[in-house]
Amino acid sequence: MLIFDRSQPGRVNAAQMPPAMDLPSDIPEALLRRQPLVLPEVSELQAVRHYTRLSQRNFSIDTHFYPLGSCTMKYNPRASNALAMLPGFLNRHPLAPESTGQGFLACLFELQEILKDVTGMRGVSLTPMAGAQGEFAGVAMIRAYHKARGDEARDEILIPKAAHGTNPATAAMCGYRVHEIDVKPDGDIDLAALDAAIGPRTAGLMLTNPSTLGVFDRHILDIAQRVHKAGGLLYYDGANLNAILGQVKPGDMGFDVIHLNLHKTFSTPHGGGGPGAGPVGVSERLLPFLPVPIVGESRGHYYWITEKTRPQSIGRLSTFMGNAGVLLRAYVYARLIGREGMPRIAQYAVLNANYLLRKLAALGFEPAYKGRRATHEFLLTLKNLKDATSVTAMDVAKRLLDKGYHAPTVYFPLMVPECFLIEPTETEGLDELDGFIAAMAEILLEARTSPDVLKGAPHTLPVRRLDEVRAARELNLTWTPPHKTHS
Amino acid sequence: MPFIPHTPADTAAMLEAIGARSVDELFDEIPEALRCGPLTHVPSALTEQQISRLMQERATADGTFLNFIGAGAYEHHIPAAVWEIATRGEFYTAYTPYQAEASQGTLQLLYEFQTMIASLTGMDVSNASLYDGSSALAEAVLMAVRLHGNSRRVLMPETVHPLYRQVVEAIVTAQSIVLETVPAGEDGRTDMDALRKQLPGAAALVIPQPNFFGCLEDAPEMVQLAQEAQALTIGLVNPIACALLAPPGEWGPGCDIAVGEGQSLGAPLSSGGPYFGFMACKRPHVRQMPGRIVGRTVDAEGRDAFTLTLQAREQHIRRSKATSNICTNQGLLVTAATIHMALLGPAGLRQVALASHAHTKRLVARLTAIAGIRLAYPNTPFFHEAVLRIDAPVPDVLRALEAQGILGGYALSEAFAALADGLLVCATETKTEADIERYAEQLERIVSKRRMEPPCAYKDNNQRSL
Repeated sequence: MLIFDRSQPGRVNAAQMPPAMDLPSDIPEALLRRQPLVLPEVSELQAVRHYTRLSQRNFSIDTHFYPLGSCTMKYNPRASNALAMLPGFLNRHPLAPESTGQGFLACLFELQEILKDVTGMRGVSLTPMAGAQGEFAGVAMIRAYHKARGDEARDEILIPKAAHGTNPATAAMCGYRVHEIDVKPDGDIDLAALDAAIGPRTAGLMLTNPSTLGVFDRHILDIAQRVHKAGGLLYYDGANLNAILGQVKPGDMGFDVIHLNLHKTFSTPHGGGGPGAGPVGVSERLLPFLPVPIVGESRGHYYWITEKTRPQSIGRLSTFMGNAGVLLRAYVYARLIGREGMPRIAQYAVLNANYLLRKLAALGFEPAYKGRRATHEFLLTLKNLKDATSVTAMDVAKRLLDKGYHAPTVYFPLMVPECFLIEPTETEGLDELDGFIAAMAEILLEARTSPDVLKGAPHTLPVRRLDEVRAARELNLTWTPPHKTHS
Repeated sequence: MPFIPHTPADTAAMLEAIGARSVDELFDEIPEALRCGPLTHVPSALTEQQISRLMQERATADGTFLNFIGAGAYEHHIPAAVWEIATRGEFYTAYTPYQAEASQGTLQLLYEFQTMIASLTGMDVSNASLYDGSSALAEAVLMAVRLHGNSRRVLMPETVHPLYRQVVEAIVTAQSIVLETVPAGEDGRTDMDALRKQLPGAAALVIPQPNFFGCLEDAPEMVQLAQEAQALTIGLVNPIACALLAPPGEWGPGCDIAVGEGQSLGAPLSSGGPYFGFMACKRPHVRQMPGRIVGRTVDAEGRDAFTLTLQAREQHIRRSKATSNICTNQGLLVTAATIHMALLGPAGLRQVALASHAHTKRLVARLTAIAGIRLAYPNTPFFHEAVLRIDAPVPDVLRALEAQGILGGYALSEAFAALADGLLVCATETKTEADIERYAEQLERIVSKRRMEPPCAYKDNNQRSL
């Protein structure tokens, strides 16, 4: 039932009606609204009950193990939320003077310093509002760097085939042609293919390491050297930073620019699909191009660094200061974890992934990259299972929902057939992992004995599998009152 | 170990199962030379009690202020239920609803949100949100250029928020799109004669309503002119104003795309974010719209169900040919906004708009009664913001007000050379007559003093006396 179905004309929430001074308005009739506003007319209790019940139709980290590969669905500490929502932070206007935001700015400045340290970069800007916007900032800086040097023939970005879709989409948004590079059967980049692709038109290479295949590219120093030698820059997609936090710094691998996903590595909430935060870090030569504003500090006073003192900046990506409240949550998390805790995150994320990989392989699930260590995640391919039983990765994923586990990432990367990208994160304990392994064992048995159960899954959720084709063909994107046709 | 549940026995058992002697051995594919030593600039861990103390000190250190700044972010009352529900773990810690069966709560909410935004803007369809108002405008510009096909010149009035213009510039210029400024006239609105001359051959026109100065543009006429020139139109609107003013769908023949900043619908000011951008459009344009879109369908048993749809537009399918690189929306903010709109209802939202309008009119009437203060555009109707011109140095006046606990408005000198004495003020429904009176009394005292004895005696932040 939609909230609109609960609506009755004339029902008003008096407690939410602001008192108004009664003054005549001089707004001309032609500029006033004519159509009635289609918003629900429900009581406060009806609204609270409706949305509370809707929330209960979701899987979430707080309710379910959520091993969604490449998304780092780890525990989001409640303290981060409670402290970022202190009234002093919530009520501050973004254009209020710096003098009224010293506490807020101090948190952001210290977060910049922390992120510089864990990434090994020289400068950080916190403004990008999501990983994809961080990517945009990164590639825009690469573009600005070449342009500032008069090196404008570089019109290509190299991207491994396994990369996130945001990588090529971002390169295109920045006006680049995308050249995809093959990956070898062992999961590392094909250096011969790289050599063949690289040249005077190469603006840069976008790389995730560990890659989206769940392995660490062992030739990263070689790759960095080749790209730099050709005059290109190296971009690090920080989606998988959880695997190496406090163990390896992207700056040491030779990367010139990096974005982080604070909603992954720094445990800010995913919120049903955002808000994220995608800060960017850069090496020395890209410092002048960082997006603004950045927080500066001088003798204990914090201030905004803007385009006035950074004339070469790629500019502003958000109206004010990105997703400031998300940054505060990440700051709280970083302080709770601390210096000693950062390397432990990678250690236990990697321990959990390797344990799951070993146990699932022992059950008969096939690793996509045999003989390789798992990083914080790993890739299975269910192609053999499909060939033998006609059960697909999607069927297994849906059956996991029945058993109380959110499905791993399926069918990504696109190059590995029937794949399952599994990322347990460090915040899950041995009991939870063993429960997941047991569920996978049951499903494997079902696939062999009663595949129809899997093909019809899920059975226990509020809805069964959806008619996606109908959703796309007979577009119904808004509710309209019953007597009208929907748009 | 914060948030890591493993006991030493667990770790030992797991290592044994893996066949590794130590956790460190699991990193053996990483070249030894790359392993970093201890971090040096990350402070040692704090307990929750310690970080709570620190954050509380920082949150309160700067004091509280009576705020009259708007300029793109507005103080509105948020019902207590909004964030109580939005921060329930089931909403707060869920991911993008790729697994539709396990995400019906978020998906249905997004569908309800799309319905509310489509109605608010008077458009046919809405997406599930973008990052914020300015980046939504940038996406709208890219979308309009894709839809037009023959031109990459987009007209951007000077009356659009200056920070929005900067963001759009940063995002779209890499795709060789040219942003051409349409000057503002002396009435604080877009110069229609200039617009007529610039329109031929343009791909799109941005129409802010209300504009950055709070003034109401002749939006219906602007849409009409643009349509005659075969340019697309992008309405840039405040969602609260849409409850009172004609929304983009009602401007003449109707805008092609409507975008705006959603912050006023339940997001706290929060130093600038997280907010959310909204985007709605005419139905034929939907396949060029960026961002997540939720559709209503049925499940295998014919039950009502909701799912992400039109994903063939998106980066995870189309890669370099996607409509945008956008991956997330601002789900949590949209959750709050949907609950916010449900709690206010049509009458409540309209009342917020009316109250904000009336309170700003009262504020302007009271402040312009002070000698040395006048309304910059006296003959132009405004919504809930207005530009004052002050016969005293605006930065000094603002500092003196700050010392009295009042944030008096947004100084326009930086963005508009011709408005060096300009101050943009705003009073939403949250301001009372007593608040306005307090502001007026302080301003009168400060301005009368400055007018008589410039330059001011006020030298630094620590000197609070005047």
